[in-house]
Amino acid sequence: MSLRQPDAAAGGRLRAPLLFAAMAALVAIEAATGGWNTALGIVNMGLISAVLALGVNMQWGYAGLFNTGIVGFLALGGLAPVLIAMPPTPGAFAGGGPGIALAALVALASVIAAIAVNRRLRGRPRAIAIIAILVAGFFAYRALFDRAVAVIQAINPSAQGNLGGLGLPVLLAWPVGALFAAGAAWIIGKTALGLRSDYLAIATLGIGEIIVAVLRNEEWLSRGVMNVNGIPRPWPVPYEVQLQADPAFVSRMAGLGVDPVTGSTIMVKLLYTGLFLVVLLALIWAAQMALKSPWGRMMRAIRDNEIAAAAMGKDVTRRHLQIFVIGSAVCGLAGAMMITLDGQMTPGSYNPLRYTFLIWVMVIVGGSGNNWGSVLGGMLIWYLWIKAEAWGPVLMSFLTAGMAEGALKSHLLDSAAHMRLFTMGLILLLVLRFAPRGLLPEK
Amino acid sequence: MSFLLAEGMTGGYGAADILHGCTLKVEKGQIAVIVGPNGAGKSTAMKAVFGMLKLRAGHVILDGEDITALTPQARVAKGMGFVPQVNNVFPTMSVEENLEMGAFLRRDDFRDTMEQVYDLFPILKQKRRQNAGELSGGQRQQVAVGRALMTRPKLLMLDEPTAGVSPIVMDELFDRIIEVARTGISILMVEQNARQALEIADMGYVLVQGANRYTDTGAALMADPEVRRTFLGG
Amino acid sequence: MDILNALVALLNFVVIPATAYGAQLALGALGVTLIYGILRFSNFAHGDTMAFGTAMTILVTWALQAAGITLGPLPTALLALPFAIALTAGLVLATDRVVYDYYRRVRAAPVILVMVSVGVMFVMNGLTRFVIGVDEINFADGARFVISARGFREATGLAEPLTLRSSQLITLITAALVVWALFWFLGRTRTGKSMRAFSDNEDLALLSGINPNRVVAVTWIIAAALATTAGTLYGLDKSFKAFNYFQLLLPIFAAAVVGGLGSPVGAIAGGFVIAFSEVGVTYAWKKVAGYLIPAWQPEGLLQLLSTEYKFAVSFAILIIVLLFKPTGLFKGKAV
Repeated sequence: MSLRQPDAAAGGRLRAPLLFAAMAALVAIEAATGGWNTALGIVNMGLISAVLALGVNMQWGYAGLFNTGIVGFLALGGLAPVLIAMPPTPGAFAGGGPGIALAALVALASVIAAIAVNRRLRGRPRAIAIIAILVAGFFAYRALFDRAVAVIQAINPSAQGNLGGLGLPVLLAWPVGALFAAGAAWIIGKTALGLRSDYLAIATLGIGEIIVAVLRNEEWLSRGVMNVNGIPRPWPVPYEVQLQADPAFVSRMAGLGVDPVTGSTIMVKLLYTGLFLVVLLALIWAAQMALKSPWGRMMRAIRDNEIAAAAMGKDVTRRHLQIFVIGSAVCGLAGAMMITLDGQMTPGSYNPLRYTFLIWVMVIVGGSGNNWGSVLGGMLIWYLWIKAEAWGPVLMSFLTAGMAEGALKSHLLDSAAHMRLFTMGLILLLVLRFAPRGLLPEK
Repeated sequence: MSFLLAEGMTGGYGAADILHGCTLKVEKGQIAVIVGPNGAGKSTAMKAVFGMLKLRAGHVILDGEDITALTPQARVAKGMGFVPQVNNVFPTMSVEENLEMGAFLRRDDFRDTMEQVYDLFPILKQKRRQNAGELSGGQRQQVAVGRALMTRPKLLMLDEPTAGVSPIVMDELFDRIIEVARTGISILMVEQNARQALEIADMGYVLVQGANRYTDTGAALMADPEVRRTFLGG
Repeated sequence: MDILNALVALLNFVVIPATAYGAQLALGALGVTLIYGILRFSNFAHGDTMAFGTAMTILVTWALQAAGITLGPLPTALLALPFAIALTAGLVLATDRVVYDYYRRVRAAPVILVMVSVGVMFVMNGLTRFVIGVDEINFADGARFVISARGFREATGLAEPLTLRSSQLITLITAALVVWALFWFLGRTRTGKSMRAFSDNEDLALLSGINPNRVVAVTWIIAAALATTAGTLYGLDKSFKAFNYFQLLLPIFAAAVVGGLGSPVGAIAGGFVIAFSEVGVTYAWKKVAGYLIPAWQPEGLLQLLSTEYKFAVSFAILIIVLLFKPTGLFKGKAV
């Protein structure tokens, strides 16, 4: 943002390639010591983190918008593979579908009616009418909705009991996930943008928690804490057992001197890596083109001086809404990718500290405003996050090695696991303070 | 030597200078007014006297003491009072609390000073429990002046005190300012309403592009046909 | 129609819990709003400051209990509170010196300060976990009830029980005392007035010779005291779990925004608005309705939203306020 850092350009044009080479070296070391399986696992999740960071960077780096509800947009995007790719639950759409659709229509209609009343009436009648419409709408909605949900949840509750999906290819769910997140972002942006910058941060914090709460509790939708398992693989990723049963694959692996089971898991992970890389590169290409376009120049002009841009007739709030929706859509896309990679949806695992604030560390460390920086930050911080889990206890047992056995020592050893958050916070503060433009500064 | 002597002030906010060797003097108990066209550096000159602007050259001497290096806060302690043009009250605090905040640096009993301010602006005594933000524009200016008087300044500086108030309120404010001067306080004032301000001024400074163009008594400037034609609209 | 029993049920399940919760939120929101008024940013680390302060209270409580010192019927935590406040104030003052001070000097944009506070939140969160772990901790001792369900039933002969836990009564009394002390401080003392002046008009406050460093330091100390008190009362009333305090951030922000960021009276009103809405919307009204209209046997629990969605209530109120009155009920500073 406005904080300048004189030595940021140190390293010049070689800086980015060198840093990415260093990142690749870290992965190679990981592969050499822990095997390609773990290394590729880190790479795949690192790529998803990079996509997330890219989305957040659009909001922060291009427009200075502080989104603290990333976890919500990620989770909402993750709902798409469940609804698109899971096999349909027999009878669920027929039994509960119309009820839920009707309930949603009632809810929508009452909100639209309330907005219309808000525009037409004035003073006390307005307040009374709005409250009456919303209260009546809410009760009508709940009546329809509860009945439909009861029908859905009664269907085969141990394995399904949810709406199920459409049984379509999972790749189709990726753009749908982006759309879901974009919709939520539009509602938040409409409300909180144009006000003081803090309000967007507070409002997104709220929507993040609520989306996660919905996924955890609406069992008819996401099966809540019972999780949705067995989300189909995307084209072209096969299942490991398929590969192992394929004689051609087995003989090829034998030719390479690799155990076919290990080979199959690596093969699957590599295919995911390729898929994610394609998405990431496409996104970066689009983002770079956008930044160079007149639209991108305008965005940066607005970010650097809102008042001047507004004086020149730019509709700042509208532009902010645009970029906020686009950035959130990218987060939704990443959410759908993540669920596809995991093959399951576990609503209980969406933790804001990990999926919102860790992403911020990625963006800031990588370099706000620089797309490649976000990618580097995403990969690097994800790598550190995973490794810190293993390093923490080692470091702590090293530090406490000289201590006498006792309550304090065992407490210190136990708490090493929590030091990750502490470390991430420290990194964020140090980078913000001493290198606010990050590893790869915006040009 | 004058009570306030600001000589050869040169400087600005950034790279470019706004003031070019500007000189201002105020005698004890007198009213000095700075007038001039828009962008002449009138407010800037006053801020320079108050230390809100770094000077590249020149010096400010108050009552024989060189205060050029002091911060605005330290100048308040030395006997300067400053009333900014806008945002010059604490809106959610009562009139009385505004005056108390004016006396923040004083550790002695300031009740008699507050009484003097109330004598000067009787309306403020009536409204002393009301929040300053709820007062009319003219009353707010009185609060602002009263707040600055609470440190018992020897030099009171006013940045366009009549900006945005009606002509009647303006006349009243000028009357009050004359009364303040009669108590022995020197006054330095920037004014847009040049004609009315020069009428009450002992000394007038016409600034153009950050430098003194005309300097004379208020009455002499009013009488100068050149000044009248160029700056007072005939 | 059985109005008496309905009233008792309402008191027992809605009014008393919501009042206690509202007081806790109000204390939290006061801290947020003061920091906003003086330092001009929304402090995301406030929830974790509460958690840290409560952790300190718990540690001192344990130490006191180990030394055999208790307060009899009152929880020992009350005795530990002043020590915890001192420790927490020390931490936030150190944080200000090491972290925030720099951004004030370079006059960073408010959103940068918000982000910095997120970093501080991380660090404090880690620190709290490091000090006391992630498990749920119950640290209330002393008498459990002021009015017990059985005692009330025997005394009144009503079917519906009424309980008043001591933690709830202590919350109300402590909160009232703290709020009275805070308003006395802000309205009557020289330092308190200088804080209000600084919040009102920073430049003019500086001109008047008010020392900004002192104002900022006093603000942090008060915020730490409010956070520690709010956190301890919440922990006594429910239990202590570090993550729950992070989640309290949303209702606390909502309370501060509803009241008007920067307005202390607003923060208190906002705390109660949020608490009563939250409890009212997530309470199953079947019982009260049953007493009032015996003939009506509703199918469901008459619960508008399940308790898992209590944060949605804060959020909905927040959105409504932002849409219709962004300055809040009591005209805050922020738009």
